[in-house]
Amino acid sequence: MKANPGDVFTGSYYIDGDVAIAYGAIAAGCKFLAGYPITPSTEAAEAFTKRTPEVGAIFVQMEDELGSIAAVLGASWAGKKVMTITSGPGFSLIMENIGLGAAIETPFVVINVQRGGPSTGIPTGAGQADMMQSRWGSHGDYEVITLAPDSPQEAFEFTIKAFNLAERYRVPVMLMADECVGHMTEKVVVPPASEIEVENRKYYGGAKDAYFPFKRGAGLVPPMAKAGEGYGLYITGLTHDEEGHPILDRDLKEATLRASIDKIRLNADKIIELKEDRVDDAEVVVVSYGITSRVALKAIEMARKEGIKVGALRLVTVWPFPEKRIAELSKKIKGFVVPEINYGQIAFEVDRCSHGNTNVILVPHGGASVHNPEDIFGAIKQAVEAKKRYPQLVSYKTALEKQISG
Amino acid sequence: MAMAEKGKVEEKHPMEQLLRMDRMPHIWCPGCGIGISVTAFVSALKKLEFDLNKMCVVSGIGCTGRVAGYIKLDSFHTTHGRAIPFATGIKMANPDLKVVVFSGDGDLVSIGGNHFIHAARRNIDITVILVNNFIYAMTGGQVAPTTPETAYTTTSPFGNFETPANIPQLAEAAGAVYVARWTALHVRRLEKSIVEAINKPGFSLVEIVAPCSMYYSRINRLGAGIDMMRFYHENSIIKHDEPTENLAVGYQKQIIVGKFIDRERPGFIESNRRWSAEAKG
Repeated sequence: MKANPGDVFTGSYYIDGDVAIAYGAIAAGCKFLAGYPITPSTEAAEAFTKRTPEVGAIFVQMEDELGSIAAVLGASWAGKKVMTITSGPGFSLIMENIGLGAAIETPFVVINVQRGGPSTGIPTGAGQADMMQSRWGSHGDYEVITLAPDSPQEAFEFTIKAFNLAERYRVPVMLMADECVGHMTEKVVVPPASEIEVENRKYYGGAKDAYFPFKRGAGLVPPMAKAGEGYGLYITGLTHDEEGHPILDRDLKEATLRASIDKIRLNADKIIELKEDRVDDAEVVVVSYGITSRVALKAIEMARKEGIKVGALRLVTVWPFPEKRIAELSKKIKGFVVPEINYGQIAFEVDRCSHGNTNVILVPHGGASVHNPEDIFGAIKQAVEAKKRYPQLVSYKTALEKQISG
Repeated sequence: MAMAEKGKVEEKHPMEQLLRMDRMPHIWCPGCGIGISVTAFVSALKKLEFDLNKMCVVSGIGCTGRVAGYIKLDSFHTTHGRAIPFATGIKMANPDLKVVVFSGDGDLVSIGGNHFIHAARRNIDITVILVNNFIYAMTGGQVAPTTPETAYTTTSPFGNFETPANIPQLAEAAGAVYVARWTALHVRRLEKSIVEAINKPGFSLVEIVAPCSMYYSRINRLGAGIDMMRFYHENSIIKHDEPTENLAVGYQKQIIVGKFIDRERPGFIESNRRWSAEAKG
């Protein structure tokens, strides 16, 4: 269905990615934000809060991120579209209840405007080093969805997408922005509500005493019920059967836990979204996401000028990972180049999915700024000129690395 | 359900409407005080003039954390320490609901201590029922921030040397509008306090000092649950309005019970509504 006109601030703006995230969340119908201030995400919470009276939303600044994410889960079960906004150190704290959220199949959105890490790191500098954490950060087996915007416009659009996916699949969705996207000011067009597709939660409509909160049909997504409507819900983070009751039984666990994971894995083809440019005739494909995909454009242009056939594959959805597409391309090309603002995270996934068919070159970056396009260009040249199949993923030696190590 | 045979009394638990009878028997040990606390809670619910479909029970982790699983209302068994913020989220998202947090001392004032303080400070309209058994029982009897000084636990094998938390004092200082304490022996008074706490707008707390017959009593050689009840009978004293600074619990010392705080203060929901309306103009 279409967005509610009262929630859409239609117009053309010159705003940063953080503010665009707030506008996107409100347009998607988010009515509850619990957060704790953290650079470089704070402007998103500020922009959201300013608009709360007019859209009838609530912002609460919790005592810490452990509390923020717990409040987000509670508010979701009370029937609201909900989110929290954070950055690295807070992202670590919310991991506890990401697990609960996945276990009790709760729709909510987490915004992580990534900064330099580890630990306190460089709060005002860019990073992309929480990508694996967004997938594996909480203990145990679970699946989530992760998106990565590369501009304020996409920050707006992908935030809406994140809410739609969370509601459609009853799952936590992470929007992994970065400091550059969060603090970059650009033109953002907010279309009229009639042009914004918004997905609302599917509620159970049958007899109340026959409702099982984790009983799924063909689409694998169980319909939800709200607290306070007489269902007598019993929702627990203990491994549970479809009725929600704790189980200790091995066979039942295989059936029910597995189903919550298959819900995402078997729907992966429908969830995954990629943006490809000139990949079909490419010798080298640059795989990137977030701000790095925009830096890579310059390098691709440089390589194309030299006659190298380079394609770009941008991960809109980072998790679930596009395993099939990477495997398919790996059979056709001379190499993948994976620039990311970390010392290797998604590059390892690209390598895993290449099954040894092609070379994979990581272009690492320690954070606090973005790549020098020359380095990505250098890696593209290395990929195209490579005479042999590297035995494993290689890390491109950047100009900075050469300068420091001499 | 089968019709009762003529002349035969149908066996029916008097509280089965509010308990998940299909989950019985419960996990609690013989002589544990949590069952009594649940009974007092359920009796209190029957006295409320409130649609119980609009009530949620939220628990954290631990022995008392399992309460959510036995109450036949919308109930949430969450993560360790996070029952209060989870409940806060429910209440803020739908202020028409009554939200009760039912959990233990370790869950609420140790790992969840920060949330306890801030929920009381922002005066979110929830009721916290805190069962204090002086020990981490689910994990086998480790020292807790509520363990009285000198008491033995599996991780204070030479006696506890830390100062335990005075929970009513903490609640008062943080801003709770209603604070009462009873032992598991004071079931009628406890029930009355639970009714009052639930009806009280704002952050209300009822602490229940309860026996852990399996770990706390055993390692300290205090006898069975019934012996702890006898101890409560002989050593608890009702002192309403007692200054909370006097409410620390010593090892096998007198336990002061009663209603200590009952005051008015604007709550989060009300203030948020007022400020939002003013901002909207």
